[in-house]
Amino acid sequence: MTMATTLIAARDLEVDAEGFLQKPEQWTEDVGIEIARQAGIAPLGDRHWAVIRFMRDRYLATGQAPSIRTLGKESGVSTKELYQLFPKGPAKLAAKIAGIPKPHGCI
Amino acid sequence: MKRIVILGGGTAGTIMANRLRRTFARDVSAGRTRITVVDQDNEHVYQPGLLFVPFGGYAAEQLVRPRRRLFHRQVEVITAAIDRVEPAAHRVHLASGVTLEYDVLVVATGTRIAPEETEGLTGFGWQERMFEFYTLGGATKLRDALARFNGGRLVINVVDMPIKCPVAPLEFAFLADDYFTRRGIRDRVEISYVTPLDNAFTKPSAAASLSHLLREKRIELVTEFSTGRVDGESGVLASWDDREIPFDLLVSVPVHAGAAYVGRSPGLGDDLGFIVTDPRTLQAKVAPNIFAIGDATNVPASKAGSVAHFEAEVLTENIRRYLRGLPLDPGFDGHANCFIETGRGKALLIDFNYEVEPLTGRFPLPVVGPMRLLEESRLNHLGKLAFRWIYWNVLLPGRDIPAVGAQMSMRGKNLRG
Repeated sequence: MTMATTLIAARDLEVDAEGFLQKPEQWTEDVGIEIARQAGIAPLGDRHWAVIRFMRDRYLATGQAPSIRTLGKESGVSTKELYQLFPKGPAKLAAKIAGIPKPHGCI
Repeated sequence: MKRIVILGGGTAGTIMANRLRRTFARDVSAGRTRITVVDQDNEHVYQPGLLFVPFGGYAAEQLVRPRRRLFHRQVEVITAAIDRVEPAAHRVHLASGVTLEYDVLVVATGTRIAPEETEGLTGFGWQERMFEFYTLGGATKLRDALARFNGGRLVINVVDMPIKCPVAPLEFAFLADDYFTRRGIRDRVEISYVTPLDNAFTKPSAAASLSHLLREKRIELVTEFSTGRVDGESGVLASWDDREIPFDLLVSVPVHAGAAYVGRSPGLGDDLGFIVTDPRTLQAKVAPNIFAIGDATNVPASKAGSVAHFEAEVLTENIRRYLRGLPLDPGFDGHANCFIETGRGKALLIDFNYEVEPLTGRFPLPVVGPMRLLEESRLNHLGKLAFRWIYWNVLLPGRDIPAVGAQMSMRGKNLRG
């Protein structure tokens, strides 16, 4: 996969071809806000942040991005609301905004 | 004595047991190595055949053989349910209370469908107007429902990825078009293919050919549909973002999960119960003496029998290396090889791996083929039918298929600009 660096929120960040951060430690809240804005989600509300923090905590603890099923069951935000907050692909979009690598490709 | 325990006696488990038995033939004969397989029942189902059952292609009994007879006689086979694995203690607990200790554990318990994960799917109308074809029972009930179906809306819905044999739902759509045409009622049936993906298939190059075929066969393609609930009473499929699709007959490809005991085994699986596995060496992340193969893993390869066959070659070598204290071979490349039935006695063939998309060309040899890649042909269809013999007589005994190696080959493939 092509790797590149890109300037987001005045920081030089390592991203993959689809714009997912490769180093979660490079993430800041401002980076998250900027990625969300580019994806058409602005402003980020409390419910967005609850999901974003859950994604990051779970990824940093286990090394895996949680699936949509885990998000719906354990993040405190229902699957229905997840689709309202992050349209089309909540798990993928929230991972991107949370600054963690793209969840495993589905083949 | 070295104890190798294999959980699951399906495609991957059977191939592994027979390959390992051959690799360690002298040790097994001398009692220095013991190979044990655990499975919950004694029925091995030829899964590629399930697709044809709903259309009257195979009867159930043509697809089932007793598991025990498929193993070399020196392989020990235990029929029991698995309660849990204790990776730290190198132990497997069976539901019967028996405990097995291992030096090497191979997890090959595959994947199962979990229709109960989707709201309403197993409620009113389940197996009356809403069906699945991933089990022998489900495929047989669907056969009877299709025979009674005289017109209306048939919806084929993939609920979520990953699924076993990612091309099977598309093949089902193509074969349904063929089936209703043969019955002379195609103009009274609307067929819709509803997927959570943004195209007909996960691999873009094959998706183009496949969506073209869908159009040609007048099958409607609905993409980016994340199924939230199903209502079998009113006949409606609804997405999480409130799109609705009406149906008279629903063929659902339900959520797939790993075996239930994986969730009871600390650190073994991900949140769907698939084993967290190194995609190149097939070693599990939880412990160096646990390996996983086939549909049971979370590696980003297709969940298909061909993948299990290719993985088995690398995994047998890695178990040999592990037991000798040698570094593992990162040799598995994600190689998959799938026939795609397209109806009217034809099929496509695709061959790809982690990095290389399905390409056009000839297979397995350049120019002479004899099979064509990514192109419909009668010979590909015959290849798919012949595969049943190869499965029982070459694949399961753990033998190699001539001219088809574990690593994908670029021979005969056309590189497009």
